[in-house]
Amino acid sequence: MTDKNHTISIFVVNKPGVLMRVAQVFSRRCYNIDSLVVSSGFDDRFARMTITAQGDAGNLDQIKKQLSKLVDVMHCIEHDDSNSIIKEMALIKVGFKLTQRAEILQIVEHFACKTVDMTNNSMVIQATGDSAKLDAMIELLRDYKIIELVRTGKVLMARGDSET
Amino acid sequence: MNGAEALIKCLEMQDVEYIFGYSGGAAIPIFDAIITTKTKIKMILVRHEQGATHMADGYARVTGKPGVVLVTSGPGATNTITGLITAQMDSVPMIVICGQTISPMLGKDAFQEADVFGISLPVVKHSYLVKETEDIPRIIHESFHISNTGRPGPVLIDVPKDISSAEAEFDLSPELDLPGYSYPSYGDTEIIKEIAKALGKARKPLLLVGHGAVLSKADAVITKFAETLNCPVVTTVLGKGAFPETHDLSLGWLGMHGTAYANKAILECDLLFSIGSRWDDRIVGKLDEFCKDAVKIHVDIDPAEEGKMVVPDIFCCGDAKLVIDELTGYCKKLDIDDWVAKCMKFKKDFPLRAPVVEGKLTMQEILKELDRLTDSNVPVSTDVGQHQMFAAQFMKTRKGFDWMSSGGAGTMGYGFPAAIGAAFGRPNEPVIAVCGDGGFQMTMAEMATAAIHNLPVKCLVLNNSYLGMVRQWQELFFDNRLSGVDLEGNPDFVKFAECYEGAKGFRITKSSEVTKVLKEALAYNEGPCVIEAVVDKTDNVYPMIPSGAPYTKMLLEAPTEKLEKPTGST
Repeated sequence: MTDKNHTISIFVVNKPGVLMRVAQVFSRRCYNIDSLVVSSGFDDRFARMTITAQGDAGNLDQIKKQLSKLVDVMHCIEHDDSNSIIKEMALIKVGFKLTQRAEILQIVEHFACKTVDMTNNSMVIQATGDSAKLDAMIELLRDYKIIELVRTGKVLMARGDSET
Repeated sequence: MNGAEALIKCLEMQDVEYIFGYSGGAAIPIFDAIITTKTKIKMILVRHEQGATHMADGYARVTGKPGVVLVTSGPGATNTITGLITAQMDSVPMIVICGQTISPMLGKDAFQEADVFGISLPVVKHSYLVKETEDIPRIIHESFHISNTGRPGPVLIDVPKDISSAEAEFDLSPELDLPGYSYPSYGDTEIIKEIAKALGKARKPLLLVGHGAVLSKADAVITKFAETLNCPVVTTVLGKGAFPETHDLSLGWLGMHGTAYANKAILECDLLFSIGSRWDDRIVGKLDEFCKDAVKIHVDIDPAEEGKMVVPDIFCCGDAKLVIDELTGYCKKLDIDDWVAKCMKFKKDFPLRAPVVEGKLTMQEILKELDRLTDSNVPVSTDVGQHQMFAAQFMKTRKGFDWMSSGGAGTMGYGFPAAIGAAFGRPNEPVIAVCGDGGFQMTMAEMATAAIHNLPVKCLVLNNSYLGMVRQWQELFFDNRLSGVDLEGNPDFVKFAECYEGAKGFRITKSSEVTKVLKEALAYNEGPCVIEAVVDKTDNVYPMIPSGAPYTKMLLEAPTEKLEKPTGST
C-alpha cells in the first residue's frame, strides 16, 4: 500500500462553515481524518487547522489543490518532521494500586512528563512531545490500568523562515 | 431601506436583468422589495424551482452573465440543488438567493426550515448564510465576483427573513473582503514558450478545446491559433462553439459518442493540447491507454485540474484566451500537411450517418435537417440521453455561447427550461431545445413560463417512448433485459402544447414531413412550440466507445457479437 500519514497545515479565514468545507474535501474522496486541531491565530480574523490524514499520496495532492481553491482558505501546506516541529499532547488517567505508584512515576519521569492530578488510586499524566514518544509511553502504561486517554492531535510549525 | 431592498439595489448594480423565481413565506420580504424599489429587474415566475435554476443556467450559458434565482426556504431551496450541481459540474455562473426562517429559529426545526447552507455545500463554488443586515451589499457583490471570475460556478446566499426585513444604513458599494480568493489570468511565459517548442516538434498535433475556452471567450483567439498552426481541432461536447464546427480544421467533438473522425485522430495524434477541458471520463475512456504515447499539454484556469485525470507533460495555469493569445505569438505554421490531409480523409471516410430508412423516422435525419434550416447559427439546448448525443453530432455550432447541454451532471429536465432562460438572454433570436420524451416530461410545466412571455422557444421532442440511452445499454450489455425504460403512457405532446394559450404544437411522423413541419415551426415566433417527432423506438447512438474502454474499441455501428459489460463510470 502507498498509504501513509500526511500532516497538513491550513490557514483559513475564521468564518462559520469553513470546517465543513474543509472536511468535505476529504470525505468526498474517502479520506479519513485521523486528527484535527483548529484554533484562531494571533490575528483572530484567521484560524489555523492542522490535519493528519492517511491515504494515497496522489489523492492527497488533489485534496491539497482542492483545499487551496476554497474561497476561505488562505493557503494549505503539507509538512513533515524534516521541515517542521510537530508536537502533540496527551492526558492519560491511570488507575493503580498503591504498590504500583512509584513504578508509574518512574515512567512519567523517564519521558519527562508530569502528573497534573493525583488521588490514592489514580493519577492524570500530562505528556507532551512527538507522537512516537507519546505512543511509546502509552504502550508502557498499558501494563497498568488506563482509565481514560485524550490526545490533542498534532500541531505543527514550520522551521526557520518557512511559512506554516 | 431594509435588507431586501438593499439586496435588489445591489442586483441592479450588477446589471441583473432577470430574476428567475418562485415565492414563499420566508422570501416574501425580497419579493416585496422587487415592487417597493420599483426596480427594472424583471421577476420571472417559474413553475418549479428546478426550472428556475436551469433557466438561470441557460441565460448564463448564452450571455456569459450570471443567472439569478430567488426562492423560498425549505423545499423551495432544496429544489434548487439539482440546478446547482448542474451549474457546478459545468462551471456556469449562477447566484441562488434563498429565503430562510428567522435567525432566532435557526436549528429549531421551524416551518419550512432547511439547512440549505449545509445541504448545498458540495455543489456550490461558495455560499453565505447572512447574519447581519448590513452585510447584504458586500455579500451580493462578493457573490457575483466569485461566481464569474476564475473558473465560474454557482454561489448560494441564504437570507433569514428577519435579516431581509430589518431596516439599516447601507454602504451599497463596500469593499470586498475575500483575502483567501484569487484566480489566475496570464500564464507563465516560460511555460508558454515550452508549449510552443513542443508544438514545433509535433508531427501529428491535435487541439482539444473545452468549455473553459468558451467561458474565457477565447473562440476568436483559438481560431486564429489553429489557423496559424494549420492544426486540426477537436472539441468536447461542452466546448462546441469554441472553434467553429463548420471550419475545415474542425473534427467535431470526441469521446464516447463523438465523431468517428475525431476519435480516429485521437488514436493517431502524437501531441494532444487541451485548452480548458478537464479530461472527463467520457473523453478519456480507459485512462492508462488514452493517447499513451502522445505528448499531453494542458491549459486550465483551475490549478486543481492539473493531473486530476490525465497527467500532462506540460501544464500551464491561466486563462485560455490570454494564454493562447500569447502562445500564438511564438508559433508559426507547422509542417504537417500529411497529418492534416489524413484527418480530412478520416472525415470523408467515416462521416456521421443520418440514415433515411423507408417507414422509419430517425432522430438523425430530423436534426440534420434542422441544422440545415437554421444554418448552424442558433442557440441550442439539449436534454440528456440519446437525442443529446445526436443533437451534439448533427447540430453544428459556429460560435461560443450558442450551445447548452448538461455535460457533467447529465441532468434530465435541463433542456427545455435552459432554452427558456436563453430566450430571455437573447431576446431577438429563436432558441431551440432538443429534448427526449423522458427529460421533457420532467420540467414541461415550464411551458406556462414560456407561453406567458411569448418566447420563441422551439422544443423538439424526439419521442421514442423509451428512456433510449438506458435501453441502449440494456440491449448491448444486459442481454436486452429492459428494465425501467418503457415510457408507456406518454401524453399527446401536441395537445399538451396547445392547452397553453399562445403555444403551438406540431407533429412529425414520417420522413417526408420533416422539412415542411420544421419550416412551419421555425416560422412561428409568436410563442413557444412543441414539435413532437415520433421516431424509431429502437435506434441506438453510434459511434460508441463503451464506458472505460480504449479508443480502439470504438463501434461505428451495432455490434455483431455480445459485448462485455463496461468497466467505466456509469
